Amino acid sequence: MSGLLLVLLVALIFVVLYQVARSSEMVARIQGEEIFDKRRNKILAYSMLVLMVAFFVGIYACHQYMMPLMAPIAASDHGKNYDFMFFVTLVVTGIIFVLTQILLFWFAFKYQRTGDKVPFHFAHSTKLELVWTTIPAIAMAVLVAIGLKAWFTMTSDAPKGAMQIEIIGKQFNWISRYPGPDGVLGKRYFTNINDQDNILGLDWKDQKNMDDIIVPNGEIRLVKDKPVELIIGSRDVIHDVGLTHFRMKMDAVPGITSRLWFTPTITTREMKEITGNENFVYEISCDQMCGVGHYSMRAVIIVETQAEHDAWLAKQQSYYAQNHAPATPAAEAPKVDSSKNITMNIK
Amino acid sequence: MGNCRRLDVGLFRLQLGFPEQTFSVLTKFLGEWARGGKMDPEMYYGLVTIHGTVLVFFVLTGGLSGTFSNFLIPLQIGARDMASPFLNMLSFWFFAIASVVMFSSLFITTGPASGGCTSYPPLSAMKEASMGTGLGMDLWLASMALFVVSSLLGGLNYIVTVLNMRTKGMSMTRMPLTIWAFLFTAVLGVLSFPVLLSAAVLLLFDRHAGTSFYLSEIFIAGKALPNVGGSAILYQHLFWFLGHPEVYIIMLPAMGMASEILSTHSRKPIFGYFAMILSLIGITVLAFLVWAHHMFVTGMSPFLGGIFVLLTLLIAIPSAVKVFNWLTTIWKGNIRFTPAMMFALGFVSLFISGGLTGLFLGNSALDIHLHDTYFVIAHFHIVMGISAFFGMFAGIYHWFPKMYGRFMNNTLGYVHFFITFIGAYVIFWPMHYEGVAGMPRRYYDYSNWESFKQFADLNQMISVAAIIVFFAQLIFVFNYFVSVWKGRKVTDPNPWKANSLEWTTPILPGHGNWDGPIPEVHRWAYDYKDNGEGGDFIPQNVPLREGEADDHH
Repeated sequence: MSGLLLVLLVALIFVVLYQVARSSEMVARIQGEEIFDKRRNKILAYSMLVLMVAFFVGIYACHQYMMPLMAPIAASDHGKNYDFMFFVTLVVTGIIFVLTQILLFWFAFKYQRTGDKVPFHFAHSTKLELVWTTIPAIAMAVLVAIGLKAWFTMTSDAPKGAMQIEIIGKQFNWISRYPGPDGVLGKRYFTNINDQDNILGLDWKDQKNMDDIIVPNGEIRLVKDKPVELIIGSRDVIHDVGLTHFRMKMDAVPGITSRLWFTPTITTREMKEITGNENFVYEISCDQMCGVGHYSMRAVIIVETQAEHDAWLAKQQSYYAQNHAPATPAAEAPKVDSSKNITMNIK
Repeated sequence: MGNCRRLDVGLFRLQLGFPEQTFSVLTKFLGEWARGGKMDPEMYYGLVTIHGTVLVFFVLTGGLSGTFSNFLIPLQIGARDMASPFLNMLSFWFFAIASVVMFSSLFITTGPASGGCTSYPPLSAMKEASMGTGLGMDLWLASMALFVVSSLLGGLNYIVTVLNMRTKGMSMTRMPLTIWAFLFTAVLGVLSFPVLLSAAVLLLFDRHAGTSFYLSEIFIAGKALPNVGGSAILYQHLFWFLGHPEVYIIMLPAMGMASEILSTHSRKPIFGYFAMILSLIGITVLAFLVWAHHMFVTGMSPFLGGIFVLLTLLIAIPSAVKVFNWLTTIWKGNIRFTPAMMFALGFVSLFISGGLTGLFLGNSALDIHLHDTYFVIAHFHIVMGISAFFGMFAGIYHWFPKMYGRFMNNTLGYVHFFITFIGAYVIFWPMHYEGVAGMPRRYYDYSNWESFKQFADLNQMISVAAIIVFFAQLIFVFNYFVSVWKGRKVTDPNPWKANSLEWTTPILPGHGNWDGPIPEVHRWAYDYKDNGEGGDFIPQNVPLREGEADDHH
């Protein structure tokens, strides 16, 4: 019923609009086209001023509404750099934006039709054109210079001693792998994968795999102020590791290994205080269309102190031990909550 | 018209704005795909994919370059018809078949292609990866192949016509900027569309012939595929080698028409005619050298990324020159606010807004955060979506009298303009903020995300605005069709007092455009100046006065 009413309402609005539109043509004919056109042209010229004011007021209001909803301060070294660069670009583009929009609306208002004046024939000026080719060129050079400096820093090789954590995407969740006590991630190959006891396809002939820890829900635990290198891959289609709070992201492409490193600078607990949000978590969002469950492909990052991290690590059992070592009672592959598992001796 | 096709926006915006609620109207439109009034995610992604594909290729490419090139090139250069009317017809029918194939994919059981309008493999290559990757994807590829053929046939015809069929006196540097824009649009299309075709053919091989162009080391649906050695990134290179020029295929005609309309209704010559042509050339060349800025986060070589940053930001220079030239064109003008002029002014405003955000995305160090967020959605919808639409609307309002010998209703035109202009900013401006907060695109629902769920109210507001703007487009459609039969009749063959040749034909040009001989051209297209008899314009076919030189440069 309400649907029908809505359709009727829309139809009614259209009929009214049409009648108004027709009558405006009629009024024009009665008043004389020229006088009518002149008056309308004047109103429209003033509408340009109104639009300009509304435009900037709207932008201001939008800004006021949005700012409290934005992501908190960057939680990584690169992120701070990013925020600075964003600010510089915003200032450069902001100046051009305000200037050109004001000129556009102001000129439109100011130079509205006033009778049949002789047009101002101004078709060319080399000086002016050179000026506004050069100014953008200089502005661009500055932006490129700042940008490339930041870009080459963040894409450089990870510093020595960085933690290495692998994160693999699949439809529709993340799986993370820690190198274990030997500090090295073992080899894996897609033909070894099976969903029962080898979800990443680890190669059991490679001894380095024996102590690797796998977290099937993709949770990643990082240490504050310790650089981390993410080794990124995918089991099936292209995914993307989106790290909003650290201001980075990188695709996960099947058959290709991509890398990304950064240094987290704020722990999850500290961020809860900064944001005043008890439920705050660092989230990994999948940022590349990967199928019907794309929107639900979420994992959590926990940034903690070294002591907390060590305590957590001490409780972990290697994936091999969980699934293949006959001595382990956890042959049913207990999943995420490793705190209940039998602790392994990790040296 | 493409406006009817924006219905899909209304449908998927309902999901984005009101994820918790159900709508019986969805069940009416989508049937099984929206049981209980809630849209299936599979259908959501299908609609998003078809929305992108249809609007970019079928509406904006077909509507701007396809329609206006065929309409304006012969009229403005003084030709009786296109160089090959037969190619023209073939191009039209290939386009029609492509549209039917694309549209039909909405009605099959497994649904339309649903991997996003970029259709990246492996998602688009394996049936196991998504339901839409079945028959829907095959139809998508077939339709795109047909579209490429249509586009190539059309493009070749435009180039040949512009180069060979100009009337006596119409030197290249006397052509209106619309024609320059159509020429470079066609060049872009002819050189880049074949690459999309090759991408589509390789993808078809991967799908049905067991090849591994794009596939490598994949484990899906419980088994490891035999494909090794391919590269999923290869597709992205091929796709964006068309994909980026495609943006300019859409923008250039809008720029050309806006130039023409701004000049005519300001009663002033276009400022910096040669700078405009040079910037068109600059954009055309650079358009081929920036494609990998869509791929900064694929893990490609950072050095290569750096080169693409440099080349991408270079394109801002010709774009800035164009904006400043448009501003100078209306400066000290004598502006008539016809609906076409309103839309042309709106075009400039939107082009500035959308163009500037490109400086964020083109810079890889910023893109590494903004990539695939709503910032991108806001950027490209404003600059190549709405801004291009404004160029198209301006063109339609301006040349409608030439098409049908009648005017469109002005009042409805102004209503259409104000709702669309304000609505466009209300819809897309806040999306920049969502993107800066990291909100990813192509999500069906954000309510489970601690980082993004605070935007629920905003998304709802955007949905309401988008639906209102959709209904405002019906005003345009209504105005268009009513005016074709009932509009005020044109009595003056040159109603806008413009200079270009199309206004020297009879009000409704018949076959061959001019009744008598084709007019000869004596001056450039923007001679708005004192004609010595109280007028403020001198059409191109008026001979130079004694002692007068064609001295626009």
